Amino acid sequence: MAFPHRPDAPELPDFSMLKRLARDQLIYLLEQQHEVDKLYKVENKPAFSSSEQLCFLVRPRIKNMRYIANLVNADKMAGRTRKYKVIFSPQKFYACEMVLEEEGIYGDVSCDEWAFSLLPLDVDLLSMELPEFFRDYFLEGDQCWINTVAQALHLLSTLYGPFPNCYGIGRCAKMSHELWRKLEEEEDGETKGRRPEIGHVFLLDRDVDFVTALCSQVVYEGLVDDTFRVKCGSVDFGPEVTSSDKSLKVLLNAEDKVFNEIRNEHFSNVFGFLSQKARNLQAQYDRRRGMDIKQMKNFVSQELKGLKQEHRLLSLHIGACESIMKKKTKQDFQELIKTEHALLEGFSIRESTNYIEEHIDRQVSPIESLRLMCLLSITENGLIPKDYRSLKTQYLQSYGPEHLLTFSNLRRAGLLTEQAPGDTLTAVESKVSKLVTDKAAGKITDAFSSLAKRSNFRAISKKLNLIPRVDGEYDLKVPRDMAYVFSGAYVPLSCRIIEQVLERQSWQGLDEVVRLLNCSELAFTDMTKEDKASSESLRLILVVFLGGCTFSEISALRFLGREKGYRFIFLTTAVTNSVRLMEAMSEVKA
Amino acid sequence: MNRTKGDEEEYWNSSKFKAFTFDDEDDELSQLKESKRAVNSLRDFVDDDDDDDDLERVSWSGEPVGSISWSIKETASNSGSNHEREQLKNRNSFSSYAQLPKPASTYSLSSFFRGRTRPGSFQSLSDALSDTSAKSYAPELGRPKGEYRDYSNDWSPSDTVRRLRKGKVCSLERFRSLQDKLQLLEEAVSMHDGNVITAVLIFLKRTLSKEILFRELEVRQVALRHLIHFLKEIGDQKLLLDLFRFLDRTEELALTHYREHLNIQDPEKRKEFLKTCIGLPFSAEDSAHIQDHYTLLERQIIIEANDRHLESAGQTEIFRKHPRKASILNMPLVTTLFYSCFYHYTEAEGTFSSPVNLKKTFKIPEKQYVLTALAARAKLRAWHDVDALFTTKILQEYVNLVEDVDTKLNLATKFKCHDVVIDTCRDLKDRQQLLVYRSKVDKGSAEEEKIDTILNSSQIRWKN
Repeated sequence: MAFPHRPDAPELPDFSMLKRLARDQLIYLLEQQHEVDKLYKVENKPAFSSSEQLCFLVRPRIKNMRYIANLVNADKMAGRTRKYKVIFSPQKFYACEMVLEEEGIYGDVSCDEWAFSLLPLDVDLLSMELPEFFRDYFLEGDQCWINTVAQALHLLSTLYGPFPNCYGIGRCAKMSHELWRKLEEEEDGETKGRRPEIGHVFLLDRDVDFVTALCSQVVYEGLVDDTFRVKCGSVDFGPEVTSSDKSLKVLLNAEDKVFNEIRNEHFSNVFGFLSQKARNLQAQYDRRRGMDIKQMKNFVSQELKGLKQEHRLLSLHIGACESIMKKKTKQDFQELIKTEHALLEGFSIRESTNYIEEHIDRQVSPIESLRLMCLLSITENGLIPKDYRSLKTQYLQSYGPEHLLTFSNLRRAGLLTEQAPGDTLTAVESKVSKLVTDKAAGKITDAFSSLAKRSNFRAISKKLNLIPRVDGEYDLKVPRDMAYVFSGAYVPLSCRIIEQVLERQSWQGLDEVVRLLNCSELAFTDMTKEDKASSESLRLILVVFLGGCTFSEISALRFLGREKGYRFIFLTTAVTNSVRLMEAMSEVKA
Repeated sequence: MNRTKGDEEEYWNSSKFKAFTFDDEDDELSQLKESKRAVNSLRDFVDDDDDDDDLERVSWSGEPVGSISWSIKETASNSGSNHEREQLKNRNSFSSYAQLPKPASTYSLSSFFRGRTRPGSFQSLSDALSDTSAKSYAPELGRPKGEYRDYSNDWSPSDTVRRLRKGKVCSLERFRSLQDKLQLLEEAVSMHDGNVITAVLIFLKRTLSKEILFRELEVRQVALRHLIHFLKEIGDQKLLLDLFRFLDRTEELALTHYREHLNIQDPEKRKEFLKTCIGLPFSAEDSAHIQDHYTLLERQIIIEANDRHLESAGQTEIFRKHPRKASILNMPLVTTLFYSCFYHYTEAEGTFSSPVNLKKTFKIPEKQYVLTALAARAKLRAWHDVDALFTTKILQEYVNLVEDVDTKLNLATKFKCHDVVIDTCRDLKDRQQLLVYRSKVDKGSAEEEKIDTILNSSQIRWKN
């Protein structure tokens, strides 16, 4: 278990600096106020505070501005004067200021920015905690967060030295990289002369690989996320897990020794590990029998604390496993996984379609049904029109007609489409193309293809060998490749691309794959001749996921790192999973 | 909201679904249980004293992360830190200089973005740094040389966009010709920063007629998407609809209008609103869904009024025994069907609340109907109904297996397996017999409809 890193694997950079920076800046901002005593969640309710001043720490969203405006205007009506301060994190948007002005409270509130965009969730994981990135960019095409990404990269290169090798794929990756370069130029000199600590940076758009994010997760950490929803690196274990009457908030990261050993494991190995661990623990406790006083004293003063800690962690994770088992049994997980694998491999499409239909008819969770439909659509390059219509109709009947809007969103994002006979250009596209000059027409077709494009999954899968051929059983205890994170059935596309590019240190020989991914203009390499990069730093790789990454992908790349002697660090706009992706696309009641 | 309450789930799971295993279930589970026992048995020894909440405090740095609280909590302990803060403080010291008179133009975009003038209000750092009127006061504060030229009034589009990107104030008023405006927009788009693109669009929206704005955006898709998203976010429905109309994006126009219904709480008003959606240019397929949505809510309103009355009157057994847990308004069709099978199973087809009526009105497939009816009747433990539902289904399957056509027809007629009779007549191309059978089925039933469809079909060459 918990395969050790190769001895020559590079050390991870120290992220505590990031925390210090963010903390100091926030403290500075809050110190301008006096006596911040309590923090309230921003929601559309009157504030029951008698303070003379209110300070709002918010994401720059128009919704939040309206809330603040309501509050300030209510105070005004009541003839009450207070001081208001809005701290935008990570930055202020002009549209927000416009709303403040329109609502007549510009000047009544003062604004500041807290440039906090990198939250270290773990020793190798940085999150921007921007779950809205996915919908804003991949559905609405709003590029407001690209500057945030560029700023984050800039901060990292300021702290950890220049990035000698950058690769990327996807429109957002390309734009973020360009804007980041611009920032580096503008603030020339800051990183000059520094030795690079991070040898490679890889930027990847979520829409390059929707498939992986749509699959059910079966490595422990991913499964915990799918089952209990990990939030900001911690999880609320309810009474069914803690076997007591209270819930417990638990941080899940490398500090938790038990968790650290099972987080990347296929779920089927976790039981064995935990029971072995329990036996060992029992043995260590048993040693106290037959100890003399002195030994006992040593035991109590030196070992007991650690054992107790381990004991607590162990019982928690056993509880979590039990709870996961119970839930998965109830939803017939085995059958579900079988269907997913069939979709990935492209056989029994009819049966899978029927399975999805039955899900819908029985009103099994709406998100689950939607996810399976998307998986079917992407792996099959769209649903055949007859199936599309019938599944959509049944979906609307089972879960509510307003999901018409959800279907429209999914189609726009390219997640759930109908196979078009023949022509790939939509009516709108051809109409627009006719209207404009040649130069612009190219741009427009590009712009369209970025939002809704053919997935070509089957061809890509063949090219990249995503479905491993297995003779006999795939031994999940001794994984042979990254496919283990999906029970040996599928190598995550995103991770395979990263592996291939790192191997070649370029996109050479991947032209066909890039073309199939609709990224011919959007795959790039940016190398600076940097002699100072040590061989150690060249094995430290920063992977940037734009639109979110899953724990399964993280596990797969950790595995790859151990195999090849790399260390990966992850920067993601947010940790995501299939449920979050679907929820981001759902149009629910206001 | 759906009927997936515990009971139903239990029913389906217990009846149909097999247990899940990853591998070797019994072994794993018992192994797990064993481990759990082992661990629990240690509890007495361990749980004697302190720190129950130990776990909460464990983190990779030994402090809770991820919340603002850690930052604030540490204000006190964090004394010697540091340089960076000192710097910030120093820089802030000239914010006190910055409460300055407003420039003459009150109608500039810059006023959107500039610091406020109310005396005593807080002045932010960036405002302080960039207030244009700080020009005459600022130099002695030791501003970096490079920034001096920023205080001129005629920045190029690229300078302007750069300043906007940095969050600095800058007037867009000098971009008055269409060409200048578009150049500014293109510069913003080329920098990829959505915040700046939107800022320029806000300016363009204010200073261009909407026809010109729309026309120019039609060939600038990136900017167009930003405007659409911006209009959605600020809720400018009217301009959004105008835009879609201009672009001839009829489906989006219709969907955007339809979306509004989510904000209408009152069922009557919502119904009336949905009615206005019916004629909108949806795809043919969606038009039918919209029509269904309207009809469904219309039905639900009638059923709800009726049932609420029945329930409060307290005369109806089913409502007394099984009080309603929620209103049926705005529930999905399948949930409504379930409800109707639960409370109105035996009602004649003529009433709006009868399951058969729902089935017919919304063309619910037989399979879905049986599935839902079964769930509802089973929940009520109305086993006779369950039996009947099963019998028809199963009999139908068996009768279909009979090879001899005459025997099959006789059996099917006897057991009222309508579908089998109808399908067999069709296959025999026996128009007369089908006409006879038509007189035997209920008026207005799904069966009658099916027969009529077949009789009217031009595809079949009848033998009589």
